Amino acid sequence: MNTWLSRHLQTLLGTLGRLAQQPLASSLTILVMGIALAFPACLSVLVKNAQSVSESWDRALDISVYLKTSVDSAEADKLVTKLKQRTDIKSIRLIKADEALKEFRQYSGFGEALSALTDNPLPNTLVITPSEQASSPSALSAIGESLRQLNEVDVVQLDTGWVDRYLAMLDTVRRIVVLLGALLGLGVVVIVGNTIRLDIQGRRDEIEVTKLVGGSDAFVRRSFLYSGFWYGLGGGLLAWVVVSISVALLGGPVHKIAGLYGSQFSLVGLGFGGGLSLLSTGAALGWIGSFMAATRHLRAIEPN
Amino acid sequence: MVTALPPMIRFQNVFKRYDNGREALVNLTFDVARGEMVFLTGHSGAGKSTLLKLLALIERPTRGSVIMNGENLATITRSKIPAYRRQLGIVFQDHKLLADRTVFDNVALPLVVANTAPRDIAKRVRAALDQVGLLRYEQARPMELSCGEQQRVGLARAVVTKPVLLIADEPTGNLDPDLSLEVMNIFRRFQEVGVTVLVASHNLQLIDQFRVRRIHLEGGRLMDEATDTHQVLFDPARFLGAESLAPTESL
Repeated sequence: MNTWLSRHLQTLLGTLGRLAQQPLASSLTILVMGIALAFPACLSVLVKNAQSVSESWDRALDISVYLKTSVDSAEADKLVTKLKQRTDIKSIRLIKADEALKEFRQYSGFGEALSALTDNPLPNTLVITPSEQASSPSALSAIGESLRQLNEVDVVQLDTGWVDRYLAMLDTVRRIVVLLGALLGLGVVVIVGNTIRLDIQGRRDEIEVTKLVGGSDAFVRRSFLYSGFWYGLGGGLLAWVVVSISVALLGGPVHKIAGLYGSQFSLVGLGFGGGLSLLSTGAALGWIGSFMAATRHLRAIEPN
Repeated sequence: MVTALPPMIRFQNVFKRYDNGREALVNLTFDVARGEMVFLTGHSGAGKSTLLKLLALIERPTRGSVIMNGENLATITRSKIPAYRRQLGIVFQDHKLLADRTVFDNVALPLVVANTAPRDIAKRVRAALDQVGLLRYEQARPMELSCGEQQRVGLARAVVTKPVLLIADEPTGNLDPDLSLEVMNIFRRFQEVGVTVLVASHNLQLIDQFRVRRIHLEGGRLMDEATDTHQVLFDPARFLGAESLAPTESL
C-alpha cells in the first residue's frame, strides 16, 4: 500500500517535472485550456451578478395608482388612510394633482402652454410600495387587482411585465452559459486528448520498452493520466486568475455606474468555492481527456 | 522426493505464418532444459527472431504450442502478458535503452513496473550493474557509454528481476569481436548460476568458442539440433576474470 502510494506520488511529481521540461508546449496547452474554461466561468459570474441586481429590483417595485379626476384631494387623503391599514402595503406616497402640475410645469418646459389650461388635467396619484412579503410577482398582481376594484381608482399601473421579461432573458442566458460551458468543456477534453495523443506518439519507444519489461497498460497509462490532470489543473488555475482579474478590472467602473443610479451594487467575483470548483472541473476534464486518449492510443502500441 | 520438473521451454509442432503469407516457422519441435544455455543459429530471415518473439508473446504461433516452464502460452490472455513478461529477461540487438534516463533508471524500469519497493530497487539495480561491471556509471546517460557498455546495461536490465529465462536476439550484432566475447561471457556466467539462456546469433566465429548446444534454423525449419560435436580445447569464459569485464573507457 505504501509502495503503491509512493509510486503514485512519484509519478505525479515525475509528470509535473516532464511538463516543466517542455515549458512552451505545456504552457500553450494550459493557455488554451485556461481560455476555454475562463469564458463560461466569466459568463456565469455575469449571470450571478445580473441575478443579484434583479433581486434588489423586485423589492424596489412600486405600484402607481392614478385616481379618477373626479376624486378631490380630501377624498384622496381619506383613501390613503384606509389603504395604510392593509398589511400587504408598506408605504404610500400621495402626489396631489396640484403638485404634479406644478412639477410638470417646472420641468417639462411647457410652462406657458400649460398656463392656458383652465382645469388641471392631472389626477391625484398614489405611489404604493408593497411590503416585503408581498413583493413576489403573483402577490403584486393580487394587490393590483384589489386596487383596481376601488371606486376612486382609474388606472393601476403595475409594470411587472418587464421584470418577467428580464428574468426570462436571464434564464435564457443562464442556459446559454450551461450550453457554452458544456461545449467548451468538450473542447477542453479534446485539447487534452490531442496533446496526450501527440505525447504518446513522441514517447513510443519508451512505451514499447516498458511493455517489453512487463509494464501493464495501466502502468503505462498512469503517467499520461497525471499529465492530463496537471494540464487541467493548470488550465483551471489560469481561468480562475483570468476571471479574478476581469472582475477586479470591471469592479470599479460598475460600482461607479451603480452609484450614479443611487445603488450600492458592486460586482461579486467567483469566490473561493467557485474558484475551487473551477480548478476541480479543469482537473477532472483533463483527466477524462487523457484517459480517453491514452486508453485508445496505448493499445495500438505494441512491441514488435 | 524430487518431482520431475518440466523443461524450461518446449516447442511442439509450432508453425508461424505472418499475415503477408510468409512462413516464418515450420513444424518446430524442441526442448530447452532448465539451466541450459542454447544458441539459436541461422541466417537472417531463418526465423530466429520469430522464435524469440513467440517466447516473449510479441507474436502468437499460427499452430502448435509453446510451453514455458510448464505453462502453455496460448492460455495467457492479453491482460496477463505483463505478468508473464516479468519472468523473462530480454536483451535486444539495439539494446533499447531510454536515452533520456540514467543508467540506473534504465536498469530499474523492470522493477518499477513490478511495483518493487524503492529500497529494494536501489539494492538490486546496483547488484545487477555490479554483475556487468558498470556500477560506477549508474548516473551516466546511455549515450555517454560505449556500444559494449550500452549492451551490458541492457543485460543488467534483463537480469535485474532475476528471471528464470534470459533470451537475447543478436546481442553482439553491433559489437566488435572482443566486446562480443565479453558480452557472451556474461551470458555464460548467468547460465552458471542457474538461469536458462537462449541466445540468437549468426556469429559462428564467436559461438564456436563456447561448448553450448545449438538449435540451427533454415527457412523456418529446424536443421540439426545437436550438442556441440567438435571439442573446444578451452572455454575462454573460464579464463576471463572479472577484470576483463571492467568497463572500457567511455567515448
